[in-house]
Amino acid sequence: MLTAILIMTGIALVLGAVLGFASIKFKVEGDPLVDQIDAILPQTQCGQCGFPGCRPYATAIAGGEAEINQCPPGGEEGIRKLADLLGREFKPLSEEHGVEKPKAVAVIDEATCIGCTLCIQACPVDAIVGAAKQMHTIIAADCTGCELCLAPCPVDCISMEPIAETVDTWKWRYPVFAIKQAA
Amino acid sequence: MLRKLFSFHGGVKPATHKDQSTLDPIAPVPLPERLVIPLHQSVGGQPRPLVQPGERVFKGQRIGAADGSLSSAVHASTSGLVRDIVPAVMPHTSGLTTLSVVIEPDGEDRWGELDKVRFRSTPPDELRDFLRDAGIVGLGGAVFPSHLKLKPGKEGALQTLVINGAECEPFITCDDMLMRERAGDMLKGIIAMRHMLQAREVLIGIEDNKPQAIAAVQAAIAASGETGIEAVAIPTRYPAGGAKQLIRVLTGIEVPHGRRSTDFGVQCFNVGTAYSIFEALELGRPLISRIVTVAGNVDAPRNYEVLIGTPMDHVVRLSGARAGTDRYIMGGPMMGARMPAFDVPVVKATNCILVGSPALFPPPPPEMPCIRCGECAKACPADLAPFEMYWHSRAKNFGKAQEYHLFDCIECGCCSFVCPSHIPLVDYFRFSKSEIWAREREKEAADAARDRFEFKNFRQEREKQEKAEKLAAKAAATREKVGADGAATATASGGAAPAKPSADDAKRALIEAAMEKARQQKAQVQARNTDAADPAVQAEIAAIEARRLASATPPTDSPPSSGA
Amino acid sequence: MINSPFVRKPASVQSVMLQVLLALLPGIAAYAWFFGPGILVQIALATAAALAGEAAMLAIRGKPKALFLSDLSAIVTAWLIALTFPPIAPWWLTVTGTLLAVVIVKQLYGGLGQNPFNPAMAAFCLMIVAYPALMSQWPAAGQLDARTQLDLIFGGARQIDAITGATPLDALRTALRSAADPASTQHGLRAAQLMDGPAFGLVGGRGGEWVALGYLIGGLWLLQRRIITWHIPAAFCAALFAVAGLLWALKPEGFASPLFHLASGGAMLGAFFILTDPVSGATTARGKLLFAAGAGILTYVIRVFGAYPDGIAFATLLMNICVPLIDMKTQAPVFGHKKD
Repeated sequence: MLTAILIMTGIALVLGAVLGFASIKFKVEGDPLVDQIDAILPQTQCGQCGFPGCRPYATAIAGGEAEINQCPPGGEEGIRKLADLLGREFKPLSEEHGVEKPKAVAVIDEATCIGCTLCIQACPVDAIVGAAKQMHTIIAADCTGCELCLAPCPVDCISMEPIAETVDTWKWRYPVFAIKQAA
Repeated sequence: MLRKLFSFHGGVKPATHKDQSTLDPIAPVPLPERLVIPLHQSVGGQPRPLVQPGERVFKGQRIGAADGSLSSAVHASTSGLVRDIVPAVMPHTSGLTTLSVVIEPDGEDRWGELDKVRFRSTPPDELRDFLRDAGIVGLGGAVFPSHLKLKPGKEGALQTLVINGAECEPFITCDDMLMRERAGDMLKGIIAMRHMLQAREVLIGIEDNKPQAIAAVQAAIAASGETGIEAVAIPTRYPAGGAKQLIRVLTGIEVPHGRRSTDFGVQCFNVGTAYSIFEALELGRPLISRIVTVAGNVDAPRNYEVLIGTPMDHVVRLSGARAGTDRYIMGGPMMGARMPAFDVPVVKATNCILVGSPALFPPPPPEMPCIRCGECAKACPADLAPFEMYWHSRAKNFGKAQEYHLFDCIECGCCSFVCPSHIPLVDYFRFSKSEIWAREREKEAADAARDRFEFKNFRQEREKQEKAEKLAAKAAATREKVGADGAATATASGGAAPAKPSADDAKRALIEAAMEKARQQKAQVQARNTDAADPAVQAEIAAIEARRLASATPPTDSPPSSGA
Repeated sequence: MINSPFVRKPASVQSVMLQVLLALLPGIAAYAWFFGPGILVQIALATAAALAGEAAMLAIRGKPKALFLSDLSAIVTAWLIALTFPPIAPWWLTVTGTLLAVVIVKQLYGGLGQNPFNPAMAAFCLMIVAYPALMSQWPAAGQLDARTQLDLIFGGARQIDAITGATPLDALRTALRSAADPASTQHGLRAAQLMDGPAFGLVGGRGGEWVALGYLIGGLWLLQRRIITWHIPAAFCAALFAVAGLLWALKPEGFASPLFHLASGGAMLGAFFILTDPVSGATTARGKLLFAAGAGILTYVIRVFGAYPDGIAFATLLMNICVPLIDMKTQAPVFGHKKD
């Protein structure tokens, strides 16, 4: 009896020491999970998830403070990827955070723009050029389509235009699985 | 002497259907009512239009300028009037539009001034620019700008220049007819290319089902007296005309995906490209027409010399489309692209207009599950395992598909051709490839957005900090000054401030000093902003200012609260 | 929408399966000739069961029935089951085995092309574990007339032990074991002497060797038709021959000759028809060699040192398990990436 207890205690001590050592020796710097989640998020920085940008949302997901279905630009595919990464159940996009839309870029109606710079301050990725009392314009290539510039504009001169498909961005469709057709 | 040939793995032998369209010589095509010339006809950037609607153009006049080095010029195929420059449906499976120049021929077919070039006495760089501006691109179907390929590799000279006359796709005979009828001129183009590449030997690979073409080319070589150029008959096996496969057959070299063949001392051109280079250099004619095979569901399959921009149905009409025609295919039955409409224009990539009908090309039987029989792997000329790539593509497991070398796939169609389960394997690979490309684009965009977002945050943070530091420094300086002056200032300022403990005094003084400073700064900025403007603008500004003052509530410039 | 290629070779799963069935005919003919019509009844039973089971499962899974029943894959499974089960097995044994193969091993894994195990061999293994006695009763060639065979199949009295023995493989193993036993009457007899009995023929089992020859002929035809490649039959036969030959050379009195092993039991059926099943087998050239060689060695080991009448079935299943790994590790280098 005593021997058994001693052996068990001994094993417990040894294992505890090994675990403790491992946790120090193999400590992971930073939080790779946040990076992995952040890599999946579309980096629109739109804040529709309720967090001020993609990385804060990633941190919140990693910390269990946010659901994985709060990112409308990432859409269903993004949620699937997050579910895969985190081993969670897939959920449809939460409606209160918005709906998935085709990718779009903001366009400034240059005739109406008064040069107030409010949109420049709102743009999370500095994709708007212009200066006070100068006409502003959007660098389409850098625009993430976050729509954050729409609200601040005092003259409503910014609109969202869906990105048109070109030959370079055209995609081959998924082949139809013909067995279903034959059925 | 018999040259030692090599062989590539796999390949298939579909029925060739090449006899009928080679009965008659290449025929000209009457001018159509309208030519629609897409500006984007080659790999690379989108050429910019050089003409305006309403402008008259000569035949051969440049209407689109190459956009940078990876691009090629576009020319008017006949003389006439530029009707419009609009997006028009392009000959592409997607059915999307591209910016095109619409020309109404004036019927005169008048050439403009033609520049010729002596290739032996012109520096290579100038020659390449000349070919770019002549719109010379690969006519085998890939339409890669030829001037970019006419650079010898690192060593300065090339071992082998391979000329592709294999033409392995069923139905297509445009290269065959070109070699039969224009071997001599084509050879002149080859000699020019050989000069530019400093190639030691030239091998013209022709499938052995074209004995007349082989004989014609051999006769032309003999007549020219050139040495080191050889027409080689290669076994007929699809896809022997794939550049990589042809290089393999002729030289034994396998050029891996993503590597340049010049790194291995080889370069490969189509015979049609060689001929158009001859036309450009010796006749000064840019690439405005090409030989097109019309075959399939037509009464009289034949080859035509077609102006770029001619609507396809205009050409097909000459051969007489039969009843039941339901589609045009650009290219052959193995790799050709289904056209979105019948009136899409002939472009530089159009080697064949294959007229399809359900009887000629019946829809495949229902797709069955893969039984892993390995037929596709046996047929694959790139030594891939298509069924494994299919498995992962179907599951949209693109990473895995790439591990099985998805991007080494040349989409030749051999796997789909042999599959006993009738699986459209190539469709799955095309789907996977375009999804992967889209994802890469998205990833790049996301990374760029992340960087910009982080930089903006960093910038804002830095600005805030700088401001705070500046203010703190200033506050400290002011406090020192105020502290030194002490009560003297407070009493001197009169009744505004009755005597109070000095700490309070100091603070008030600080605030006032800051307000004063801000006011001054503002005045300064405003002055600086407007003093360069001319009197009229000054007046306008003054008027606006006055209006604003009148209408708006007085400005409530709150002074920045110091951190003190 | 159909994209290129717009032309296709006239090939189909159906024609592949049909050619496999045709290739089995010489072997079946020899079987029926030497062992009586029982095998034909078994084939009919198995075919009916397979089609019924497949149709039911397709209906449940909502798949097109006509398409998948006409692909003949279920019939290939059925015939292989009939050919590997004893020809006098009771009808329910064959039917149950076939249903197990088609319903559980094939359809529940996703149907055609999805099964990780060879359905016929999985059924064989399940049945031999469940009914070892019934699965081990093999009549000698010409021993039972047609009537007796039918009686046995359709539930007649089974005083079977009196009239049937074991397979030649089983018989030889038992004999060799007793020869090794000092207490036995057969002690000290050599393998060649033991094989002098009525169960044995020229090189293998009497009659059985001719059936094997039939399979060989059918298999060679499949090779010529390019339905199968040489890798699997060659590697299987070579491995079996090599292991058997080695032990035979070391101790000829204790082991049967390699030729006997090739000509007996299901060796030829396995080499050309069972292991070559593309769905559950390896697919790369090197993988096929490994896969079949492994099966050959395992077959020998199970035959000689195990307790079952033949080793093909277990060897096939064991190698089926290894297929994903074998395939992954034996991918051939692609164009331009070969080391020459």
